Amino acid sequence: MADALISPAVGGTMWAASAGLIGYCSKKVKDDMDDVTIPLMGVVGAFIFAAQMINFTIPGTGSSGHLGGGMILAILLGPYAGFLTMASVLVVQSLFFADGGLMALGCNIFNLGFFPCFIAYPFIFKYVVGTTLSEKRLFAAAIFSAIVGLQLGAFSVVLQTVFSGVTELPFDTFVLLMQPIHLAIGIVEGLATSAVVLFVWKARPEIINAVSTPAPVGNLSMRKVFIGFLAAAVVTGGVLSWFASSNPDGLEWSIFKTAGTDELGSSHKGVHTDLSNAQEKIALLPDYGFKSSNTELPAEAPISESVVDTGKTVSGLVGGALTLLLAGLLGFALKRRKKK
Amino acid sequence: MVGVHGFNGYVCPDRNAVDMAKLDKHFFDIGYMDTLSAQQTPIHQLDPRAKLITSLVFITTVISFGKYEISALIPYFVYPVFLGAMGNIPPVYLLKKLLLVSPFAVMIGIFNPLIDRDILISLGGIGISGGWVSFVSVLIRFTLTVGAALTLIAVTGFNAVCMALDKLGTPRVFVVQLIFLYRYVFVLVGEAARMVRARSLRTFEGGGSGIKTYGPLVGHLLLRTMDRAQRIYMAMCCRGFDGEIRILKPLRFGPREIGFTVGWSALFILMRIYNVPALMGSVIVGFIK
Repeated sequence: MADALISPAVGGTMWAASAGLIGYCSKKVKDDMDDVTIPLMGVVGAFIFAAQMINFTIPGTGSSGHLGGGMILAILLGPYAGFLTMASVLVVQSLFFADGGLMALGCNIFNLGFFPCFIAYPFIFKYVVGTTLSEKRLFAAAIFSAIVGLQLGAFSVVLQTVFSGVTELPFDTFVLLMQPIHLAIGIVEGLATSAVVLFVWKARPEIINAVSTPAPVGNLSMRKVFIGFLAAAVVTGGVLSWFASSNPDGLEWSIFKTAGTDELGSSHKGVHTDLSNAQEKIALLPDYGFKSSNTELPAEAPISESVVDTGKTVSGLVGGALTLLLAGLLGFALKRRKKK
Repeated sequence: MVGVHGFNGYVCPDRNAVDMAKLDKHFFDIGYMDTLSAQQTPIHQLDPRAKLITSLVFITTVISFGKYEISALIPYFVYPVFLGAMGNIPPVYLLKKLLLVSPFAVMIGIFNPLIDRDILISLGGIGISGGWVSFVSVLIRFTLTVGAALTLIAVTGFNAVCMALDKLGTPRVFVVQLIFLYRYVFVLVGEAARMVRARSLRTFEGGGSGIKTYGPLVGHLLLRTMDRAQRIYMAMCCRGFDGEIRILKPLRFGPREIGFTVGWSALFILMRIYNVPALMGSVIVGFIK
């Protein structure tokens, strides 16, 4: 998230949310933890910075990845101290490396701290790890929780950007852009997290054991809560995409509009058809709601009288569906484990 | 062996070597910001709270403009330029940092011209679409807000910002966390840099950079980090740490600070209400007529 892309209302709201969480976590850490947590949090936060400078090559691709932070902090320190540490890392990043900026800091703390520490860690990591630790469980837990944490964070970025209205990116396009990218990032993050966690667990099991011994969160009810949360996200996504923009589906609309006016010569037409052909090839959901009626509409006519647009809804749902698919995979994995 | 590696490195640029150079630069960079903030100028001597609050007012007013606004945003450059000039901050360095972090805003903003193609302004027969206008607006906002954040830290220093946060009511645990983090970033980043260099010097053409090496490498760093935390904790206990953190606060919010904060904030709000370049333009045009 960046300052340039948000409105004061969104920035302020997220600031308030993150500040509230920081206050709450500070109180929790102060009341519940022993004194040793304070230097531990500080030094582990610095470790995240240092670890981000160590890269590894991603198998099969030419690129390299590194540790992001949120998930491993939650695993090592627990949700409250983990959240505070992640927030402090983001504060330093925003001030020194200008990552995001000060107004977007609230958004960034929420997206990168809240979701890994308070959703992915208690509902996924702890659940998959269960009561008895094993290499496989730790691996699966790290991967799944990192993916889900980043998917939710990315979805949150989309919502914040769309609500701010500084960019023209419609909700559905942005969701389709962000979620798959963050699926890849989530897998890389999961791999890095699991590699480090597994090493630490083998070398000094007490560090990992110490954090995961407090009774795991109640099994079934928590999964219901989590799936409910996802369902809410999907429903909101589907409904909000109707209202995401008053002039929906900009690219196609503008292509039609320029093509529809008489002044343009035939040479232009080729470009437009090429463009729309290319767009159809690129787009996952080329079947947009109002496309068939394009040719009859005069240039200045309002696009659609009703706000509800089926094409948009469908594509808006895809973003949520991607996340839901992950949840489904997770549920499947959990069920298999239970049967064993 | 060393000779062979050196030879290799010259013939085909090794990714590890590039990594190393980048790493050292990154590390050096945090230290440079710290050096800048240790100067003694009138701006550096202001109470950090004044600079923090003023910068927040600045950023809020800048991002509150409509998405097609360009001209009214221009006068806002006066604040970061003033801070940078008074605070003796090298402008080229700041611009380089800005360019380094611009890709995200550019990537998202570049969709505006593609999507919003309604002609908004006509300049000598050439129509400029709303998308381009709002894209330029996004870029200006980005430069202003990020520039303000960077100059703030360069003329204030991180520890002073933390003290301002503490005085302004941020939970003490979080403030202490920030101070701790900042203190040990230098130590641990140096350690990580040495580890990466050691890895590059012992491998060829990107070997050893896979996930199999990565886990133990970072894992060891983590274990050392946790041992360090234990030693720090014992050292703190030896010096009388009882769970309560005390911060020495020689801060003073005097008339200069009040003047700085109120003066600049008033200017930001005035520039928000009146479009200064448009006013100036109409005055000049009226004068010519």
